[in-house]
Amino acid sequence: MDANTQRLVHTFSALADLGQEIADAGNFEEMLDTSFHVLLGSLAIRRGAVAEYDRNQKQLRLVADRGLETAPAVLTITSEDEEKLIDLGVSGIRRSKAERGELGFLDPLFETGEIELLVPLIVRRELIGLVLLGEKATGETFTDEDLETICALSRHVGVGIHSHRLLEEVERKAVENQRLYDGLRAIYKETVRAFAAAIDIKDRYTQGHSVRVGKYSEIIAREMGWSEDKVEGIAIAGYLHDIGKLIVDLNVINSPLRFNAKESKEMSRHPAAGYEILAPINHPYAEIPLMARYHHERIDGKGYPDGLKGDEIPAGAKIVTLADSFDAMTTDRPYRTRLPLEHVVADFRENTGTQFAPEVVCAFCRAFLKEIEGAAKEQRIMKLLSKGYDNIESLSPMLNNLIAELDSNGGRPATAH
Amino acid sequence: MANTADSVAVRARCIGDTTVIYASEYLNKINGERIERECKQQLEAGCRALVINFRNTELVNSIGVSILMGVIDAVEQNNARLIFSDTNSHTAVLFEMLGLTRHVSLAKDEEEALSLLAVSEARP
Repeated sequence: MDANTQRLVHTFSALADLGQEIADAGNFEEMLDTSFHVLLGSLAIRRGAVAEYDRNQKQLRLVADRGLETAPAVLTITSEDEEKLIDLGVSGIRRSKAERGELGFLDPLFETGEIELLVPLIVRRELIGLVLLGEKATGETFTDEDLETICALSRHVGVGIHSHRLLEEVERKAVENQRLYDGLRAIYKETVRAFAAAIDIKDRYTQGHSVRVGKYSEIIAREMGWSEDKVEGIAIAGYLHDIGKLIVDLNVINSPLRFNAKESKEMSRHPAAGYEILAPINHPYAEIPLMARYHHERIDGKGYPDGLKGDEIPAGAKIVTLADSFDAMTTDRPYRTRLPLEHVVADFRENTGTQFAPEVVCAFCRAFLKEIEGAAKEQRIMKLLSKGYDNIESLSPMLNNLIAELDSNGGRPATAH
Repeated sequence: MANTADSVAVRARCIGDTTVIYASEYLNKINGERIERECKQQLEAGCRALVINFRNTELVNSIGVSILMGVIDAVEQNNARLIFSDTNSHTAVLFEMLGLTRHVSLAKDEEEALSLLAVSEARP
């Protein structure tokens, strides 16, 4: 093989090496380092560098170099200089050409005597950087063919840096979007909580009820192993489950007595009304309107508004139902004081499989038991319970028994009707 | 435990203050960097002459050439001497064509490389 053919083969191989090594590179720095080696190795150039251009700072900064001792690490240029380089495109600038005035701003690089050739890295009329190359090992000047080779390789390097920048920009925007999204979610949650408080203010006897139902629902869902996203959704559903009360007559809501038939009918409008209010809204959690609609449904089909049975009721609605009942039983009402916790657990036991879903009762009991026995990170249920509940520890056997019964009887208490 | 590519050492042999380093079959980035690392370690340890033996080397790619240029620089900066030996004809033509032979001598084999170093050592 003669020398010219050999040179051609080596040049061709360098291009192939560049593609292969760039594909294999684990990260941007490695890609840059490898590309730089290919550039130097293609013509056995002893020293050189790759500078990356920072458009905001108008600075060319060395990001890979070898053998340069006096070349400046940073070169600041003007917008006009930038335009001149862009106009030149990916082409070789020999020392002799630069010294002829037009490209005088490159003098600091050539003055050191270490640099013989510069190649602007341009992608889509954007200055990406600069390749700086010293003399060849042969000591000969760069031929036109050499320039063709270096420019071909430099185009790949430019595209590599450009792609990396695009990727960085995409990643930066993704992080920014995530931050904005998280911010919006937090605002949404806070707004919903404020709304929940507003709902509860309408009912002077149940202040804080919606927020507590949201929190109890969250605790139950987490105990059932729901994902954090769904847990957040059920909390929102809890906050908004009574939103339909906004259309219920204020006198009925604030009646100090048990509801009569007419008042009960008026009050029973609120789940369906809540659904009508929530359905047109684009919630991050799609099932929220359904959870509001079905939080008075019962497993045995005797609930309202639609008389759904068993698994016809969405899982989230079953959770809100139990949370709603627990809070109702553990807070004072105009017609009765709060029930002792033993009565509440007995009520759960009595109504599991008819009113309440066994898996939801079981999860609530487990979460409560963990708090009582100190196995939970936080005592959330105990903090939410109104003051005046003493000796909660004594509830453990009842909760344990109910869990055991539900576990051993296929989700039904031993004496369930 | 299997060695990772980077942790595999190159074979080297010390003869007095000369170290012979054996290049692998394909001199690419990974293998080139191993040789460069070994050369620099030997120079730091006081070695004054290096022979890189290419008897097993079938191919040197552009990155390999670049790394060898770096080795040549390191040797010059340390006022040490470097000889390439046992290059196949293809690699010898490549080194000649690219001008590496202006900075480093090629020896037919390791024995000749050591002799050349001995002669230059003996010169006043």
